[in-house]
Amino acid sequence: MTDLLAPLKFKPSRNYSLTGPEKDRAIEDGLVSAEWYQTPIDRKVLKQFIKRTDGPAIRDFVIWMALLVTTGAGGVYFWGTWWAVPFFVAYGVLYGTSSDSRWHESLHGTAFKTRWMNDWLYELASFMQIWNPVIWRWSHMRHHTDTTIVGRDPEIGTMRPPQMILMGLNLIGLTSVPRNLLALGRHSVGRFTDDERDFTPESELPRAVLSARIHLAIYGCVIVSCFVWGTILPAMLIGLPRAYGVWLLPIMGLPQHAGLAEDVLDHRLNSRTILLPLPLRFIYWNMNYHVEHHMFPMVPYHALPALHEAIKHDCPKPKGLLATWRELFPVMIRQIRDQNHYIHQVLPDGAGAPNFGPRQQH
Amino acid sequence: MPWIEAISADDIDRDDVMRWDYGGRTYAIYRTEDDEFFASDGLCTHEKVHLADGLLMDYEIECPKHNGRFDIRDGSARRAPVCEALRTYPVKVDVGMIYVELPD
Repeated sequence: MTDLLAPLKFKPSRNYSLTGPEKDRAIEDGLVSAEWYQTPIDRKVLKQFIKRTDGPAIRDFVIWMALLVTTGAGGVYFWGTWWAVPFFVAYGVLYGTSSDSRWHESLHGTAFKTRWMNDWLYELASFMQIWNPVIWRWSHMRHHTDTTIVGRDPEIGTMRPPQMILMGLNLIGLTSVPRNLLALGRHSVGRFTDDERDFTPESELPRAVLSARIHLAIYGCVIVSCFVWGTILPAMLIGLPRAYGVWLLPIMGLPQHAGLAEDVLDHRLNSRTILLPLPLRFIYWNMNYHVEHHMFPMVPYHALPALHEAIKHDCPKPKGLLATWRELFPVMIRQIRDQNHYIHQVLPDGAGAPNFGPRQQH
Repeated sequence: MPWIEAISADDIDRDDVMRWDYGGRTYAIYRTEDDEFFASDGLCTHEKVHLADGLLMDYEIECPKHNGRFDIRDGSARRAPVCEALRTYPVKVDVGMIYVELPD
């Protein structure tokens, strides 16, 4: 398949495909489905964190929906005037950015205790992100199994060199939205990439086809509505917010793993926790506690701050959002010409010995 | 099929799970909130993670790595990414000790 975006990409020195030589190397080197470092924590304490409840997620879901309805209604009411702009800016972030963390938490089944609530939110948030819910479930499972293992992890957001031009364009979804829609189109006719087939069981593919067709049918209705009513307003409410409202997501989300080590077996070395103010933590559902999430994926988002307090003595000291980007951005720029460069996370005194994995025994 | 003495019932809290290794294999023994006991293979059928580190919710055990779930009564897969059922074993409690019936 021809990559139309190739002229905008820096050439990687490694093959990040899931079916290329790096996959075989990762298997040979014992990096696949390996045992990862985990901060020791008393089972009784952990049980307090992993306990499931519906209350916090119902509260946060109601607030989220109320904000979406209010800002969306404001945008519609003031449509055609400049007053609509702030409403759609807020609506876009609540839609295009927030749905990512709702998708993520419900995928893990940790948002709610009640299963159908997780399943329902997962379908909704997948649709909002223009992601096939079946394919992305399996993609994310692999991401957790082999986090930032080259040749295995399909969700390495910042391969080396970082694709800075595409990242810039994707602040308003310029390539990600068409790519996601094209992927749904492929899936709807039963076409899957080799990478997708690598992490998705064959038995799940018919469900992926059905999901893609349902999502495309809904988007088709939105487009027809635009033509019938002679306005793009329906698309401003459904679909387009994934483009104009996604800008905050990479700002908070890319630091999860960007600029850090590859091919190690320790989430303290390849994942990053950052500190965010409460409004951003609401938008991001605490996914800024990313080391904690990867180490203990059973812990619901609302318990992550408490888990952070319990294990922070064993993890790199987190920075705020601005300080993180001040450190990260120059590293990403340098990685364009020096793909071996990355940030070596510093563990506090007394922390457990890092697990560099079989390739990087220091 | 022999009954093997495993662990003391008091070793497991209610609504919890414990790892038990025997004969070169690893098992998970469960105690529900209602004081029922169950046993299964100890590793998730998806990625071979120890289920004893997981979360027991009623009759479902959740894998700590990928949040897949099994029904501990019959081992059936209840939530993706788990697709393959878990093998379960009969359990009895006698004088405070848990016995698991393992195949020869």
